Amino acid sequence: MEQRRSLTGAAVRESAVVAAICLLMIVVLPLVLSEFRLALLAKFLTFAIVALAIDLAWGYTGMLSLGHGVFFGLGAYALAMHMKLEAAKDGLPDFMGWSGLRELPGFWAPFDNGLFALAMVVVLPALLAAGLGILIFRGRVQGVYFSIITQALALIATLVFVGQQPYTGGTNGMTNFSTLFGLPLIETSTQIGLYAVTVIVLGLTYLALRFLTGSRAGAILVAIRDSESRLRFFGYDPALVKVAVFTLSAAIAGIAGALFVPQVGIITPANMGIVPSIEMVIWVAVGGRGTLYGPILGAIVVNGAKSGLSESFPDFWQYFLGAMFVGSVVLFPDGIVGAVARGVKKLKGARSASLTAGATAHDLPSAGRPLEAKS
Amino acid sequence: MEGLPGSTPRRTGGNVLDVYLLQAFNGLSVGSILLLVALGLAFSFGLMGVINMAHGEFIMIGAYAPYVLQQAVGGANNDPYGLTFLAAIPLAFLVTAMMGIGMEWALIRFMYGRPLDTLLATWGVGLMLQQLARSVFGAPNVQVVSPSWLNGGLEVTQGLSLPYKRLFIMLLVVACVAAIWAYLTRSSAGRRMRAVMQNRDIASTLGVPTRQVDASTFGLGAGLAGVAGCALTLLGPIGPALGTYYIVDAFMVVVLGGVGQLLGTIAAAVLIGLANTSFELWSSATVGKAIVLVGIIFFLRWKPAGLVALRSR
Amino acid sequence: MLTAGSALLAACAPAAAPASKPAETKPAAAAPTAAPAKPAESKPAESKPAAAAPAAATSGGSIKVGILHSLSGTMAISETSVRDATLLAIEEINAAGGVMKMKIETVVEDGASDWPTFAEKSKKLISNDKVAVVFGCWTSASRKAVLPVFEQLKGLLFYPVQYEGLEMSPNIFYTGATTNQQIVPAVDYLIEKGMKKQFLLGSDYVFPRTANDIIKAQLKAKGGELAGEEYTPLGHTDYATVITKLKAANPQVVFSTLNGDSNVAFFKQLKDAGITSDKMQTLSVSVAEEEVRGIGAENMLNHLTAWNYFQTTDTPANKKFVEAYKKKFGADRVTDDPIEAGYFGVYLWSKAVEKAGSIEVDKVREAAKNLEFDAPGGKVKVDEKNQHVWKTVRIGKVRADGQFDEVWNSGGPVKPDPYLDGYDWAKDLKKGR
Repeated sequence: MEQRRSLTGAAVRESAVVAAICLLMIVVLPLVLSEFRLALLAKFLTFAIVALAIDLAWGYTGMLSLGHGVFFGLGAYALAMHMKLEAAKDGLPDFMGWSGLRELPGFWAPFDNGLFALAMVVVLPALLAAGLGILIFRGRVQGVYFSIITQALALIATLVFVGQQPYTGGTNGMTNFSTLFGLPLIETSTQIGLYAVTVIVLGLTYLALRFLTGSRAGAILVAIRDSESRLRFFGYDPALVKVAVFTLSAAIAGIAGALFVPQVGIITPANMGIVPSIEMVIWVAVGGRGTLYGPILGAIVVNGAKSGLSESFPDFWQYFLGAMFVGSVVLFPDGIVGAVARGVKKLKGARSASLTAGATAHDLPSAGRPLEAKS
Repeated sequence: MEGLPGSTPRRTGGNVLDVYLLQAFNGLSVGSILLLVALGLAFSFGLMGVINMAHGEFIMIGAYAPYVLQQAVGGANNDPYGLTFLAAIPLAFLVTAMMGIGMEWALIRFMYGRPLDTLLATWGVGLMLQQLARSVFGAPNVQVVSPSWLNGGLEVTQGLSLPYKRLFIMLLVVACVAAIWAYLTRSSAGRRMRAVMQNRDIASTLGVPTRQVDASTFGLGAGLAGVAGCALTLLGPIGPALGTYYIVDAFMVVVLGGVGQLLGTIAAAVLIGLANTSFELWSSATVGKAIVLVGIIFFLRWKPAGLVALRSR
Repeated sequence: MLTAGSALLAACAPAAAPASKPAETKPAAAAPTAAPAKPAESKPAESKPAAAAPAAATSGGSIKVGILHSLSGTMAISETSVRDATLLAIEEINAAGGVMKMKIETVVEDGASDWPTFAEKSKKLISNDKVAVVFGCWTSASRKAVLPVFEQLKGLLFYPVQYEGLEMSPNIFYTGATTNQQIVPAVDYLIEKGMKKQFLLGSDYVFPRTANDIIKAQLKAKGGELAGEEYTPLGHTDYATVITKLKAANPQVVFSTLNGDSNVAFFKQLKDAGITSDKMQTLSVSVAEEEVRGIGAENMLNHLTAWNYFQTTDTPANKKFVEAYKKKFGADRVTDDPIEAGYFGVYLWSKAVEKAGSIEVDKVREAAKNLEFDAPGGKVKVDEKNQHVWKTVRIGKVRADGQFDEVWNSGGPVKPDPYLDGYDWAKDLKKGR
C-alpha cells in the first residue's frame, strides 16, 4: 500500500480536504435545504457513521456483523434515557407511568447525569461487543457463523427491549423528548447545532479510521480478513485484534445512535432488529466496502432513495428499492466506488490506475471473500 | 405466575403427566415446523453457501398456492375432500422450484464464493416478492380452508389430544426427509449433487455438469420452501409478510445443526423446538425465545461447527 | 427563526405534560385546552409561526390533506383498508362540492410499519407539504412516535383505531374507542353473563399491557377472578404452549388483546386443540371483520368481539357506506370498525372546517367541540374536553359467513373517558400517571 510510506504528507492533505468538505456542509447546506430536508440529511449522516463502523469490521477485517443495529440502539437508548429524565423533570418518564411503575428503577438513576449518559453511549455497546467478541473469537468462530450469531444478538436485543416495557418503553421505544442538556430540541438552532456535530463526528471518524487502516495496524486487519491462519503463524493473536476492532466498531455505532436519537426524536427496539441491521450492511455494500468513503456514500444514497421513492410511490416503492439492491450487486459488485474506480481505470489505462484509485483498486480482488466459511 | 405446571393439577383436576406429554408433543411439532422451513436452506445455504434471504418469500409464495387453487375451483365449498390442498403441495414445490432455478440463473450464478453478495441481492428479491404478493393478492391476510379431514385431533387419553394438522406436518417432514435421502443416495442426479458439493473441481473433471447441478440444488431448496409454505397455511396466517416470521429461525437451525449436515439440521430443529416449548412453558414466549437464542450462541462458542461437524480434512 | 422555535416550544410544553407527569388531581383534563392559548398571550411578539403553516395548505382552490398509514411491512395487512376508506370519504366529499367549496387534495405516505418512519413522514407532511390535517396511524407505537411532531409543529391528526387511553393531545382527534368504550364494558358484559374467571392473553406491547392492568383492577373490584396472564411477541405464530397453559388454567373466558397475524395462528390452533367457543369463550378487542377473513370464520365461530361498529350494524348511513365501499374496492371486501372510524373522521374534520370557516388548527379544534355526525356506526359526537368521540359500544358474535351478530349494545353513545376518571376502581391505576 503506497499511502503508508508517505503517510504524513497524504495525511495532511486528506485532513484538509475532509475539513473543507465538513465546513462546506455546515455552512452552506443549512442555507440551501429546508429544515425538513436538513433533518433528513442529518439522519442519513448518523447512518453514514454506522456504515463507517461496519466497514472497519467487515470491509477491512472481514467480520460481517449482522447485529450492528444493537450497538447503534444501545448508544441511542443511553442518551434517550437521559433525555427522558430531562423531559420528566422530577417525575417518572411517561411510559413507566402507563406500565405501572411507581418509582424510578435503580439503574435509571445515574442517567440523570448527562456526562454519565454520554459515557454510557460508548461504554454500553463497547462492553457488549467486547464480551461477545471474547466469547466467540476465542472460540475461533468465524465467517458465516459469526454473522449468524450477531443476527441472533439482534433478535435477542429486540425481544428483551420489547419485553421489558416498564424499563425500556417496550415496542413504543422512547419518544417525546423536550430538551438535550437544557437545549430545547424544537429550536432550529439546536437542530442545526446537532447537524453540525454530526458532520464533525463523521469527519473525525472518517479520518481516524483512514489513519488506522492506512497504518501498520491496518495491514494486520486486512491480513486477518484475507488469511487469518497465516497471520497466526506469524505470531499474532488474531482473536485479540478482532475483539479490539469489533469493540471499536460497536462504540462508533453507539455514538451514531446517540446522534440519531435527538435529531429523529425516537428510538425503538425495531431500530435494533434484524432488518435495520441488514440494511446497515447493505449501505456499505452498495457504497463499496473497504474504502471508507464508499460506505458514507452508500448510506446517503440508499436512505435518500428510500425516502425519495417512498414519497413518490408510496404504494410500490419497495419494487424500486429491491431492484436497486439486486442491480447494485449485479452491475456494481464493488459498490458505487468500485464502479467509479473501474470507470477511471478504463479511461486511464490499467497501468496508472493503481496510483489514482489507491486502496480501492487494491482491495477489489478480495472484496468478496470476507464471509467465506473457513472451515 | 399462573399457568406453571406445578400449580395446575389442583385447579383443574387434570393430569400433570398430560401437560408434560402434550408439551413434548408440542416441542416435536414446533421442531418439525422448524425443520420444514429450514430444509430448503440446508441446501441453498448449507450446501451451496448462498445466503438466500428470499427463502422466507418462497415460503410465502408456497402458502399462497392452496389459496389460489381454492379460488380457482370457486371456494372451499366446491372442494369437500380438501383435494386442492393436497394438489397444492406439489404445485407449490414446482412453482417455487422454478422460481428458484430462475433466480439461480439470473442472479446467484454470478456470485458463487461471495455469500455476502447473495445476501444483498436476495434481500432485494425478497422485498420485491413481498410487494408483488401485495399487488396481486392485496395486503390483508387471505384464508385457506383446511381439509376437513385434518380438523380435530387424535384422542390419546382424555385431556390429551394431538391435533391432526400437527401430526400431518410431522408426517410431511418425514416424507420430505425420506425423499431427500433417497434422492441423494439412490438417484444418479442426487449423487452428482453430492459430488459437486463435496469437491466441485474433481466432479467437474469427471464430467459432472456442475452448472446444471447448481441450478437444480438451488431449485430443490426453493421447492422445499414452497412445501413448507403450504403446510404453514394449516396453522398460521397467509399474507405477504409471512416469510419474515420464519427466516431467522430457519438460519438458526441450519447453523446450529452444522452447515452442510442434513442430520445435524434435523437434530437442531428438534432440539430448538423442544427447548422453545419447554422454556415457554416455564416462563413466557418472549423470555423462552431469548433463552434459546442465548443458548445457541453459547453452544456455537463451545462447538463452532454445530451439532454435527464436518470431518476435519 | 430562533424566536419562532421558542414560541412553538412554549406552546407544546404544557401539552406534553399530561402524558409524562403524575396527575395528582386532574391537571390532565385542563392542560390540553389551555395549552394553545396561553403561551401566545405571554409572548405576544412571536405569534407568526403556527398560523403560517396551514395557510399554505389552501392553494388554488384546493385543500391539501395527508394520509399516513403502513402500506408495506407487517401492519399493511390492517392499515391499507383504512387508507382506502379515508380516500373514499374524501372522494365523496369532493363529489359533493368539497370543503368550503374547495376540493380536497391528498398526499399519501407510507409509514412502512416502522415508527421512526412515521415520525419522519409526519414531519414531511406538516412542514413540507403543509397539509391541513393528517388522517392516519394504527398502532399505539406509531401514534406515540408522531405525537411530539404534531404537537411541536402544530399539526392535526385524526387517529382511527381503538387504543389504551391515558392520552389527550390537543393536536389529535381520537375517532376510535378509548378503554371505557370497549374494554371496560366488555369485561362488565362478561361478568354479567357469569364468565367471571378470565384469562388475559395479549401481544407484548403497550396496548395489551395497559388494557390488562385496567381489566385486573376491574375484575378485583367486581368480583371477577384472574385465571392467568400471558404475552407473546408481535408476530408470534405458534400457540401450542399458550394453549397448554390455557387448558391448565381452565378459565371461563379468554380476554384477547392479541394483535395482527398472531390472531390467525391463535384461533386456528385453538380450534385444532378441540377448544371451541362452547368449551371456552374468547372475547377479542383487535379482531374485526377484516381479520376474521384471514382467520377463517369457521375457526372463530361464535367467539365474541367488542367494537363500536360492525358491518352488520343497522343504520341508514351504514347501508350507504357499505355499498359505496364495496362498489369502489370490490364486492369481496368487508368494512369494520377502524375502517369506519377512518371514514367518518374525514367527515368530522370537514364539518368542523365548514363550521370554523378556516383550516387553522386552533379554529378547527374549537369548531369541532360537540360536533355531531350520523356515522355508519350510529350517532357520534366529539367530546368538548378530550377530543375523543362519543360512540356506541357493541359486542358481537362471529357468524359462519364471517360477519358479526350483535348480542349487546350500550343503547346510545358512551362518553369517552380516556383517564377513567369516572370509575372508582380505577383510582389506583392512576397513581404515578
